[in-house]
Amino acid sequence: MSKSAGTPGDITRRQMLRRIGMTALVAGPGAGLLTACATGGGAAPAAPASAAPSAGGAVSAANPFGVAADAPLEVVIFKGGLGDSYATEVHEPLYQKAFPQAKVKHVATQQIAQTLQPRFAGGDVPDMIANSGTDLMDNGALQQEGQLLELTELWDAPSIDDPSKKVRDMVAPGTVESGLISGKPYLMNYVFSAYGLWYDSALFEKNGWTPPKTFEEFKTFAEKAKAAGITPFAYAGKNAAYYAYWMILISAAKIEGNQILVDVDNLVDGVWQRDAMKQSAAAWAEIAKYMDKSFEGLIHTEVQLRQNQGKVALYPSGSWLENEQKAQTPETFKYALTPTPSVTAADKMPFEAIRAAAGEAYIVPAKAKNPKGGLEYLRIMLSKEGARGFTEKSGNITVVTGAADGLELSPGNASLSAAQTAAGQNIVTFSSFENWYKEFETELRKQTNALMFGRISADEFCEKMQKAADKTKSDSSITKQNRTV
Amino acid sequence: MRQGKYPFIVGFLAAPVLLYVVFVISPYIQAFYISMTNWKGISANPQFIGLENFTRLFDDEVFWAAVRHHGVLLLVMPLVTIVIALFFAFLLNLSGGQRGGRMTGIWGSKVYRVIFFLPQVLAVAIVGVLFQAIYRPDGTGVINGLLGKVGVGPVGWLIDPDIALLSIIAVMVWQAVGFYVVLFSAGMSSIPKDVFEAAALDGAGRFTLFFRITIPLLWDTMQVAWVYLGIAAFDAFALVQVLSVDRGGPDNSTTVLPMEIWRTAFNFSKFGYASAMGVALFFMTITFAALTLRVTRRERIEF
Repeated sequence: MSKSAGTPGDITRRQMLRRIGMTALVAGPGAGLLTACATGGGAAPAAPASAAPSAGGAVSAANPFGVAADAPLEVVIFKGGLGDSYATEVHEPLYQKAFPQAKVKHVATQQIAQTLQPRFAGGDVPDMIANSGTDLMDNGALQQEGQLLELTELWDAPSIDDPSKKVRDMVAPGTVESGLISGKPYLMNYVFSAYGLWYDSALFEKNGWTPPKTFEEFKTFAEKAKAAGITPFAYAGKNAAYYAYWMILISAAKIEGNQILVDVDNLVDGVWQRDAMKQSAAAWAEIAKYMDKSFEGLIHTEVQLRQNQGKVALYPSGSWLENEQKAQTPETFKYALTPTPSVTAADKMPFEAIRAAAGEAYIVPAKAKNPKGGLEYLRIMLSKEGARGFTEKSGNITVVTGAADGLELSPGNASLSAAQTAAGQNIVTFSSFENWYKEFETELRKQTNALMFGRISADEFCEKMQKAADKTKSDSSITKQNRTV
Repeated sequence: MRQGKYPFIVGFLAAPVLLYVVFVISPYIQAFYISMTNWKGISANPQFIGLENFTRLFDDEVFWAAVRHHGVLLLVMPLVTIVIALFFAFLLNLSGGQRGGRMTGIWGSKVYRVIFFLPQVLAVAIVGVLFQAIYRPDGTGVINGLLGKVGVGPVGWLIDPDIALLSIIAVMVWQAVGFYVVLFSAGMSSIPKDVFEAAALDGAGRFTLFFRITIPLLWDTMQVAWVYLGIAAFDAFALVQVLSVDRGGPDNSTTVLPMEIWRTAFNFSKFGYASAMGVALFFMTITFAALTLRVTRRERIEF
């Protein structure tokens, strides 16, 4: 066989190894470069911005921020489930009425981040943004980069409806607090969501049932529902265990007061083994015994569908439920909300207390050209007229107390509005650990399923959760957060 | 004619090696590096923290639960799959007796071959969704519906911590068998037919043919199957993700390492710690493959 056949057959093993070595040498530094790739470059966060200069108008009672009357205003609205007609037909005309010379520019988008990220980078930012949707911008990151305007001024400004009151006094309790980042208000959370037990008021009426007010009544009710072939209470264990732990936390807060939720978020020693937590967990585990084991293997839409079919009486969820189930809900089905029953007679909060929290963040960029106008726009949104218009256009209730009074509402929203009025100032506060400590939250889901499907007792549940909280607290790799209210 | 040699090498060796280095080797190296940092996936500057992530692994009970599950998977899944696949392959290829001097399969074997192979064609996500319906824990599930007809109460296939992992293993076996039937069939057809003829002339029955002729001559193929299935046993991510309660539940009873890696990185934003788990998984897989090839090494029979 000829050696000069042109095939690489005559390369010796040694040459071969040497060449492989060369390749590795060449590739080596390349690999080193790539090592740096995944973790990104060393871009330092920008220094906090000073408030953007704006040619101010005169400060007056009607114009507390001193908005320049002729300054143009640009509003960017996330056009999702809420639509954008509430802005074009309600809030923008109201602003126009207050400042007839101002030119209001409306931008609607479904992709907030894609639309605005380049503009933030280039410094050409709008004056007010509805930062929502799947592609919303990370508010925490925006705040860290100094891109958000602090809203203390807004909350302390006089309300449009009653100048003797501050804006912060016209909204549901907890609204301002829910928009805090690093202890300061940056987000105006506008849409009001309430959490409790949802039921079909038509079904209850037909059977002559009333929603239980205490856990004693809850058990009697559970027996009755069971006798009628209906699961009295159910949730989806496969992917929505958190719906159940919300209920446990709400009940604990009703027994002891909101401090327990603040302490849970702050990982206070022994918070999970306090009496309120144990009583709440035991009470819910007792009710969960009426739930078929199979619910642990179902997802939330499957359980919600079973409720629509009249097979589940009370379902723990938030006020988005009615909208979520729209397509599956039969004509006769009327959603209604009832607060979680009282656990003891000595509960700090009455039965009527509901957990309600504000959501859907509206922000004013710090480097906007007309930030005063942005603030004024938010103040208009928080007026009764603005909030009412929002509810009419979008079908959702806002944080503005009493703004929806007298409106034609969907059954669920009407019930929510009534519950909100009945609750008054008795509002169970929000929880932040769900955003702060994901690992702890995962453990809570796990143990909630174990508790509710009867694998562990309430005491074991509290013990395990305390251990998880302690572990989170002592873990140096987790950044600790703190809240005071 | 030697001048064509180097372009040839560059074209056929250097380019693939370069691609391999860029897309396979370098991510591995990166993973080793990231596993020694506290990178959260957001900040631009991960800090080097040495072996802290690895010491953490030692008292992470979820991690050890996942490792135990891989142990169960490794014992059960390859064994059951290979036994079933061998049995089917033997039936399809050799058990039908001789016809025209050839070993044939049982009647209708061509149809069965297609049927057995079908699950292999389905994407694993589709298999997951199918089995969601099959395993549904109440009377509306396929299996529980049938059980209900004969008066047996619904079984919580995926919600009972004692059987949840086995239910998932059953799906993996169901999906894998078809491929190994085909693999073993190919192996069997490469066994010279005179070996079978000689054995049959000496009065060997099907049982003897299977255990004394087929299996020894199929050893290489089975070894390959064992390694493949073992590596698959270190995965199982998609099925656990789609089927299990709360991703790896109930009570950690179905969780596997890829699941925990995914959760740690993308839910907990702990890319450093997740990479440490990944490195651990890497060494487990490598050790398994090396051990299997070493332990099962036998004298090769040349035909």
